[in-house]
Amino acid sequence: MAYEKVNELNLKDTELCLGLPGRTEEIKEEQEVSCVKSNNKRQFEETREEEESTPPTKTQIVGWPPVRSSRKNNNSVSYVKVSMDGAPYLRKIDLKTYKNYPELLKALESMFKVTIGQYCEREGYKGSGFVPTYEDKDGDWMLVGDVPWDMFSSSCKRLRIMKGSDAPALDSSL
Amino acid sequence: MNYFPDEVIEHVFDFVTSHKDRNAISLVCKSWYKIERYSRQKVFIGNCYAINPERLLRRFPCLKSLTLKGKPHFADFNLVPHEWGGFVLPWIEALARSRVGLEELRLKRMVVTDESLELLSRSFVNFKSLVLVSCEGFTTDGLASIAANCRHLRDLDLQENEIDDHRGQWLSCFPDTCTTLVTLNFACLEGETNLVALERLVARSPNLKSLKLNRAVPLDALARLMVCAPQIVDLGVGSYENDPDSESYMKLKAAVKKCTSLRSLSGFLEAAPHCLSAFHPICHNLTSLNLSYAAEIHGSHLIKLIQHCKKLQRLWILDSIGDKGLEVVASTCKELQELRVFPSDLLGGGNTAVTEEGLVAISAGCPKLHSILYFCQQMTNAALVTVAKNCPNFIRFRLCILEPNKPDHVTSQPLDEGFGAIVKACKSLRRLSLSGLLTDQVFLYIGMYANQLEMLSIAFAGDTDKGMLYVLNGCKKMKKLEIRDSPFGDTALLADVSKYETMRSLWMSSCEVTLSGCKKLAQKAPWLNVEIINENDNNRMEENGHEGRQKVDKLYLYRTVVGTRMDAPPFVWIL
Repeated sequence: MAYEKVNELNLKDTELCLGLPGRTEEIKEEQEVSCVKSNNKRQFEETREEEESTPPTKTQIVGWPPVRSSRKNNNSVSYVKVSMDGAPYLRKIDLKTYKNYPELLKALESMFKVTIGQYCEREGYKGSGFVPTYEDKDGDWMLVGDVPWDMFSSSCKRLRIMKGSDAPALDSSL
Repeated sequence: MNYFPDEVIEHVFDFVTSHKDRNAISLVCKSWYKIERYSRQKVFIGNCYAINPERLLRRFPCLKSLTLKGKPHFADFNLVPHEWGGFVLPWIEALARSRVGLEELRLKRMVVTDESLELLSRSFVNFKSLVLVSCEGFTTDGLASIAANCRHLRDLDLQENEIDDHRGQWLSCFPDTCTTLVTLNFACLEGETNLVALERLVARSPNLKSLKLNRAVPLDALARLMVCAPQIVDLGVGSYENDPDSESYMKLKAAVKKCTSLRSLSGFLEAAPHCLSAFHPICHNLTSLNLSYAAEIHGSHLIKLIQHCKKLQRLWILDSIGDKGLEVVASTCKELQELRVFPSDLLGGGNTAVTEEGLVAISAGCPKLHSILYFCQQMTNAALVTVAKNCPNFIRFRLCILEPNKPDHVTSQPLDEGFGAIVKACKSLRRLSLSGLLTDQVFLYIGMYANQLEMLSIAFAGDTDKGMLYVLNGCKKMKKLEIRDSPFGDTALLADVSKYETMRSLWMSSCEVTLSGCKKLAQKAPWLNVEIINENDNNRMEENGHEGRQKVDKLYLYRTVVGTRMDAPPFVWIL
């Protein structure tokens, strides 16, 4: 059940893939799936059926663990770790206490005494030197702000505030 | 007994209430069969497709209480498509036509529509009790009909149903003359609740013993309701605000103190932990506590509450309690009979989940434990052997190790020996769920020792057909067998077809059975309904036979006396 994490952004990850994900369980296809998913999440929000028909990953076997859906909805753990490059220790925040991105970013800014600035779809967080990123359910590192808040808060596993110089430039290849 | 008049025999039969016993009585002789059927008031039907309402009513014309179950158990985990079946409407229509004096209807995993609820509410003058568990297909409009038309309603108990909440005024549909309510459970409703109508209803229901609120009922309303119903025995709390002002907290605390009959507590669907302390005064009376939906209450608050609950017999909790928390349970709750520990972090990689240590602690501390459902990260054979030694009285043992195929985390061995120890020691075991890395060996043990086993759930286990054969040949009392993602195929399926006549049903999904194997089975056993569920492959399952080697995705077979059902959707093939 090995599952490779893709931690670094590279051009393959930013490549758009057309067509629906396939059904086989080969890792290559899985990566393509996560490639499609990581770049087209807004589209996928509108086409939820397609998202559900992708090949099951380690944590997404249908009907496993055997709990009723009513329990699954209630039990999302909302505390996530927050790390900042250069900071000596991590913090934890409860995502449920925030209703939207501006609230979250304000809280992060005050927690770490930095300025993150405003999100911009084309260019991310320009000019501030700090980029908020998060690890999602698939193990991919994403830019905070791309997807609707609810989708983000239910799929965010941890946060990392990257220092501007480390974060690769996000050009219009997105 | 032959010299007693029928009325005397019937009177004797009145004392026999269990379904099993009454079924046995009816088989003794023709005269007893006749007396029994006319006096039978409660009937339990484990599979709604095993019989039809007409035959039911022909045999039991004096029916007052009916329990029906529809979809197979794995439907709870989304393995059965919604439109598969289990429709209650034809049953209600037939019961209405026959003018039987129905008073009680209990449904589990059935499709219920507003139309059926409306018909139900209008057809039976003495209707008293409606219990719906894991049902779907209806809205609050259907509830409004029940409220409005059932003049003697005693129980309205909605457990874990999928109800479309139209945010209507169903609670205000109870007429002012309705004062007979004993049970009112609407915890599964997602929408807003008319608090005024609710309070008025509770205030005019002096017999109300069980009240379970939904998340739309806040703290201050809860306090007022408890003041109206201090006789309450079973309470399901809706939601707590995150920071209640001290006045509403004080009011709640005062109201709780007056509820001296309170024995069962549940809900806390949206709960701030520090409010739990309002309930500490009555904890010493509690026999049942369900905090399995209280995701926001963490370890220390749970433990503080549980330390007061010395008389607890039933505990449902999340694994956020941790092994340490379970040790507290073990040392506090000496009367514990049933424990369920549910997983809290379904995104994976929980830090506070429970392990084999918690299970061992419970087994050592709670001598009366007979039922357990335990979700955990890891397990060992040694732990299971210890548990078996500590608790030989298990009736239900359901273990779910969250990662499929996970071996003993210390020895890396399969968990065959551990589960083997359980079935060997627990001679009264009726229900068993397996998980972790398991070979055919565990099934050999089950077949050999689990003589009373009626229900077995298998997932990601076994090596060959021999595994399934051990179970089918060994477990004489098997009723429900459900298997997923295990390498059992046609050889096991076809080995002893007559076995399925003694069982209620068999489910096999993502196994190795083929279409031709299923066809052969259907041919050999015309008294079985052999259903193939094919959601994705509508075109691939061909009649022609050259697709016979095709593996069947989902197989569900069950004995029936009424043949093929007529209401199957197109993706369900009945062979």
